[in-house]
Amino acid sequence: MCTMICERAPMEGSAKGRDGWFPLKNANVSYDHPFSAPWEYAVNIDFVNEDRGVGARVAVELSPESAKSLADSIIKALERGEADPQIQISVL
Amino acid sequence: MYTTEQYEGMIAETITLKGHNGDEIHTYFARPQGPGPFPAVVVIHHLPGWDEIYRDFTRKLAHHGYLAISPDLYCRDAHGTPEDVASAIRADGGAPDDRVLGDVQAAADYVLSLPSSNGKVGVWGTCSGGRHAFLAGCKLTVFDAVIECWGGNVIMSQDQLTEKQPVSPNEYTNDLNAPILGLFGDLDQSPTKEQVDQHESELKAAGKDYEFHRYPEAGHGFFYYHAPIYHQASAVDGWEKMFDFLARKLN
Repeated sequence: MCTMICERAPMEGSAKGRDGWFPLKNANVSYDHPFSAPWEYAVNIDFVNEDRGVGARVAVELSPESAKSLADSIIKALERGEADPQIQISVL
Repeated sequence: MYTTEQYEGMIAETITLKGHNGDEIHTYFARPQGPGPFPAVVVIHHLPGWDEIYRDFTRKLAHHGYLAISPDLYCRDAHGTPEDVASAIRADGGAPDDRVLGDVQAAADYVLSLPSSNGKVGVWGTCSGGRHAFLAGCKLTVFDAVIECWGGNVIMSQDQLTEKQPVSPNEYTNDLNAPILGLFGDLDQSPTKEQVDQHESELKAAGKDYEFHRYPEAGHGFFYYHAPIYHQASAVDGWEKMFDFLARKLN
């Protein structure tokens, strides 16, 4: 938390926290000291909804390699899904 | 020095202080029982929050005979688990420097107002709290001793400055008005060895009373016994250096 490197991305979706599912508002991605992961620095991702208080948070703390792997996997899954003409994302 | 035949007691509790701008903030206050007079230390928590390890640090100082007071620098922002609060603060760019200084001044004023005070007060913090401790030693005039443990971002580049942290603390080096003890791990990445070198050379050039100790096998946060970054030998020596420094400067 000494680096203060933090990127915030607006989110639409849901996350499952300690009190169940909640609607997402932001993802905060920092490169800083983790709370739990066993390194001095980690890529920390907090899925949050500030309107519901600081406890509306789903957290992961990843090694840089894991974070890149996750980002690649998200992109690959998106590319496959968006290339499939039978899949359309819509609000029910 | 503690010996087994001594009576010992302390009171440790949350109190409410009027901090920066008169805002009411929660503060953890641990003090030895007895009339005193006792020296005091303002304990500035790290960016991961007003958490359990800072409760332990505050009580440890009281056990060693200090009025130890640790304000919740995030009290105005949110309440919840320390991790949840700190995560929100991290996303929001940290606590504003001027607000932190106001809260630290209020904590110092409070302990000095007590009949059990010996009239002397130090300031100590780790990580972002180390940065704040150095800043407090430069911008406030109330302190008789400053302890900076691995203060991250004491030296900031232009692109790191924000509305909340508008000035790199090392620019205030000439204003430091108390002796300073610095503890650093050579394996730390924030501050790096080069940044600690620069910090020390600036203190030397300004003619300040400083003592820096470097630990070659330690990284960041080597006092944090709850984390893998704990380094036992360095932490034990660091605590000894701290208590020796405080005894010399606050009595």
